[in-house]
Amino acid sequence: MALNDEQIMLKDMAAGWVKDTMPTTAARALYGAPDGIGHAPDAWAEMAAMGWTGIIVPEAHGGSDFGFRSLGLVLEELGRTLAPSPLLSSALAVSALRLAGDAAQQARWLPGLADGSVIGTLAVDEGPRHAPLATALTATPVGGGWRLDGIKRPVQDGMAAHLAIVVARVADGGADDLALFAVPCDVAGLTRDPLDQVDARVPAIYRFDGVEVGPDSRLVGGTAMVDALLDRARAGLSAEMLGMMTQAFETTLEYLKTRVQFGQLIGSFQALQHRAADMFAELQLTRSAVEAALSAVDADADDLPTRASLAKALAGESLHRISRQMVQLHGGIGMTHEHDAGLYLRRAGVAEQCYGNAAFHRERWGRLNGF
Amino acid sequence: MADHDSTALQDFRQEVRSWLAENFPAELKGVDGTIYQSNVHTAAADPTYQLWRERFASVGWGVPTWPVRYGGAGLGTEEAVIIGEELARAGAFNPIRSFGVMMLGPTLLEYGTEEQKQTHLPYIADHTRRWCQGFSEPGAGSDLASLQTKCTDMGDHWLVSGQKIWTSGADQADWCFCLVRTDTSRKQGGISFLLIDMKSPGVEARPIVLISGVTHFCEVFFTDVKVPKENLVGEVNGGWTVAKRLLQFERDSLSGVRSGLGSLAPLAHQYVGTDAEGRIADSDLRGRMIHNAMRASAYAATLERFRDEAGEGRGPSNGVSVLKNLWSGIAQERAELEVEILGSQGLGWGDDSYADEERAITRHWLHSKAYSIYGGSYEVQNNITAKRSLGLPDA
Ligand SMILES: Cc1cc2nc3c(=O)[nH]c(=O)nc-3n(C[C@H](O)[C@H](O)[C@H](O)COP(=O)(O)OP(=O)(O)OC[C@H]3O[C@@H](n4cnc5c(N)ncnc54)[C@H](O)[C@@H]3O)c2cc1C
Repeated sequence: MALNDEQIMLKDMAAGWVKDTMPTTAARALYGAPDGIGHAPDAWAEMAAMGWTGIIVPEAHGGSDFGFRSLGLVLEELGRTLAPSPLLSSALAVSALRLAGDAAQQARWLPGLADGSVIGTLAVDEGPRHAPLATALTATPVGGGWRLDGIKRPVQDGMAAHLAIVVARVADGGADDLALFAVPCDVAGLTRDPLDQVDARVPAIYRFDGVEVGPDSRLVGGTAMVDALLDRARAGLSAEMLGMMTQAFETTLEYLKTRVQFGQLIGSFQALQHRAADMFAELQLTRSAVEAALSAVDADADDLPTRASLAKALAGESLHRISRQMVQLHGGIGMTHEHDAGLYLRRAGVAEQCYGNAAFHRERWGRLNGF
Repeated sequence: MADHDSTALQDFRQEVRSWLAENFPAELKGVDGTIYQSNVHTAAADPTYQLWRERFASVGWGVPTWPVRYGGAGLGTEEAVIIGEELARAGAFNPIRSFGVMMLGPTLLEYGTEEQKQTHLPYIADHTRRWCQGFSEPGAGSDLASLQTKCTDMGDHWLVSGQKIWTSGADQADWCFCLVRTDTSRKQGGISFLLIDMKSPGVEARPIVLISGVTHFCEVFFTDVKVPKENLVGEVNGGWTVAKRLLQFERDSLSGVRSGLGSLAPLAHQYVGTDAEGRIADSDLRGRMIHNAMRASAYAATLERFRDEAGEGRGPSNGVSVLKNLWSGIAQERAELEVEILGSQGLGWGDDSYADEERAITRHWLHSKAYSIYGGSYEVQNNITAKRSLGLPDA
């Protein structure tokens, strides 16, 4: 689907800003920063001022309601330079409230999410593997409200967030017993600790120890709603990954056109030309899959689950291949911390497995398609 | 393999087994020996390691096939294999692994003068002298022969100036085996092979941080470094022949199946879980793990077949390029699988939310990307195979 004029402007603006304000050195600066929260608050304020935090928020709540495809354009540009920001995480909180929040819940949270004063996140995973159906964190009814007990890890952008959309298992809730809760991160009984990860982000461990929340914190819907939300996460992350692999490819291509060995540009060796051509073809497949998933969110399409899994599986496979080739084709320099190739590799490792790795999504796509 | 041993080999195996039982310090059982190889300070500070090194050196088993007079044990390849197998069986490690053992030693045995052999081999054999490999330069990686480090004949000594890069362990090395340019009018034919004492005035090694966070290699600068005449290996301008042989030894040792490389299944059982029939729960991952393990198994057989076909004592041949690519591919895929098995626990960096074993897997995953770069890249090995083994024409 072709972009409209507004989307083209948004993409150009994002591309320019990312290049000027968030080059890879910005991500690099966050590595090992003491007490880091995995993003730069100044940059976040600028993103908010440009309206990016409100892209999928309804106009009535201070957003522009540009849609997920538009959000994807920005995420893609941010991905190019590995710019760490909680933009996707926060947008997922917006999606949760739009899909499953009542008027009061929306009025409470959406304006802050739209103007960036509130950062949201999705607290779903609990262990090494993405397995939402295996959620163990419990929500027990107490005095009209709920008590939450359990652990979430890793919570993406968890140290920066003010609001967590928490996936919980409702005690004696029946078959469809997963539920979503909107929980302020400063609530009593919730402690969070940063996870020092291979990329520049700082996810967190959230420990819920008898956290009591009111009845108004529960969103509607169960397992299907969790899935709908996760598919937005997958589509959004795939957009970021598309940006990463596009840049990794372009940087590598540039190197093939500058590095000389045996008296000629290494890009003149047919083995490397074919490698580059193969990667270019992979990028085409991935871009189609990612754009289709983003559009499916906006269209509220029935086949969003298939498309989201296709996008995340292909994004995972292609980013895997291209980030590894980025190191390989740079030779020794690609193995140094000083060079960007390692940063792409490290971020790729995280993004590949976040919200389900390629194997998870191949399996899910296969199941949805009768294999 | 144990079943096929002749009586003599069986006796030898028994001898090694009882020697190890008596001499391998129990405190070192299961310890990863590479930490001593990669860090001279760790090695120096550990008296138990030093004891183990001395004992192992005293029987010459660090370099079992080298002649006894140079610190070896004068054994055949089959005996050498048995030593490796018995070390693994005992949970022990060879304390004498080094670049000197892998690369320089076998090269000196073929190309060194008697004096050079006596001066250097015993100290490689007992691992008291560390070596680094000064081949690559900023402009000369895959195209190694375009190297520029200048070496001038000053009559009573050589004068060396230039820059090397990616020199592994240069900051910890005592000596460097180095390729230098003695004639600028010819490419391969203007290269000489020189042994340089790293303590010589004018040598400076600056460590470079790798993507795995460790500093393993360096930039090395030579500024008017005086090198004694007798440190030339081979003929003046004959260094390329020596270097090519050394690279074969390097690739050969990089192609070995590292001992103790066990099945990943237990790790997957722990992190991924199993289904009702005890299979690894993630069938897609399981299939790829099986694929990798089967290839590793066929690789071990290939390694043995190549070794048999090469014949005793002839050392590596062109086939080593095939082996190096097979092995780096299998090992890199294995490292990817390990990280995938660990899931988000395989993505930790610096804090105690991740176990040491988990972080070691993550660092190894990053470092493994070098397998297809160092010792000649994947692409360069395939070029060699295409030309030298398959006889394909130049472009
Ligand atoms: C961890 C590590 C340790 C190392 N240790 C040492 C050491 O101790 N001593 C030492 O001397 N060197 C060492 N090296 C250097 C290593 O040997 C070189 O990095 C390697 O030879 C590649 O050279 P380069 O880095 O200049 O890459 P380049 O030669 O610039 O290669 C860039 C890319 O182009 C490809 N390419 C080049 N030529 C061709 C061709 N003709 N056809 C197809 N593709 C081609 C390469 O395969 C690679 O993918 C080490 C490297 C690493 C990563």
